[in-house]
Amino acid sequence: MLPASEHVHWLFATGFLLLGLCLLAEAVVGTEVWRQRAWRAYLWPGLAFALGFLLWPVMVFFTNSTLHMVAHGAWAEILMLAGAIELGLVRGRLVSRWWRLGMTAAFLVSGTAFLVHEQNPWFFQRSSFLHHVLGWTLVVGAVFPLARCLRPRSHAVAAGFALTFVVLAVALYSDRDVAPIFGHLSPLAGTPHR
Amino acid sequence: MSAELVTELEARTRRTAAALIVSGLGPATALAGIVWAIVQPYRITLLHPGGEGFWWLLVEPPLLVIAVGLFFHFAIATGVLEDLGDSRR
Repeated sequence: MLPASEHVHWLFATGFLLLGLCLLAEAVVGTEVWRQRAWRAYLWPGLAFALGFLLWPVMVFFTNSTLHMVAHGAWAEILMLAGAIELGLVRGRLVSRWWRLGMTAAFLVSGTAFLVHEQNPWFFQRSSFLHHVLGWTLVVGAVFPLARCLRPRSHAVAAGFALTFVVLAVALYSDRDVAPIFGHLSPLAGTPHR
Repeated sequence: MSAELVTELEARTRRTAAALIVSGLGPATALAGIVWAIVQPYRITLLHPGGEGFWWLLVEPPLLVIAVGLFFHFAIATGVLEDLGDSRR
């Protein structure tokens, strides 16, 4: 009784939306206020780590191609690593701000994995289009975690970082297994079901 | 007006704006979910559940967006606003 891949995308969208809202709130009120309660400090790194962990079952159960498995495995590893690094930074075990390059790497690896594992062109069908959009959003959005290393106190950078997750959530919520995109649907894609 | 007072007023204005934004994030998200549900009611399979499987009944995107908005507002934003208020004093 496996969920369709669109259901998995929508569930991950929910996680990313919550992650985006938490980061946006932190960007608005400032890290000092946000971390006044210990559980809140660990919330977003913990969420990132949990989302990485949850990508493992996705890798195990959605085995429609080797490329999908490799891409999902790479996401799982890099997202867990980036979440763990952020947890280390919050805990104080890691001190150097350059550890935040871990999240930059997560964005770049995830974006590349999206682009590489989507074999179809942009207008093949909606999920193809969204894989390209998600991939490029992550690759271009990697500038925000990079900027967080250089300017950790910048509200604009923090807000940009948060909004990247909101954009990812919107794109994931828009995903359908077989559906047209701007009126385009390849006859090879199959029949739309809802 | 002394420079110290101006700085204090600016800081207070910033905190008030921050409180407004944080208190609006959850409701705005929930509202987005409600609008989505109205625009695309077929996304909510609970409205016409005949013949749908478990996952189609469990995972309903507009309802998930509303749930995230409400969860954020009541479980997270409320505490953030309290702490923001404390930091003003």
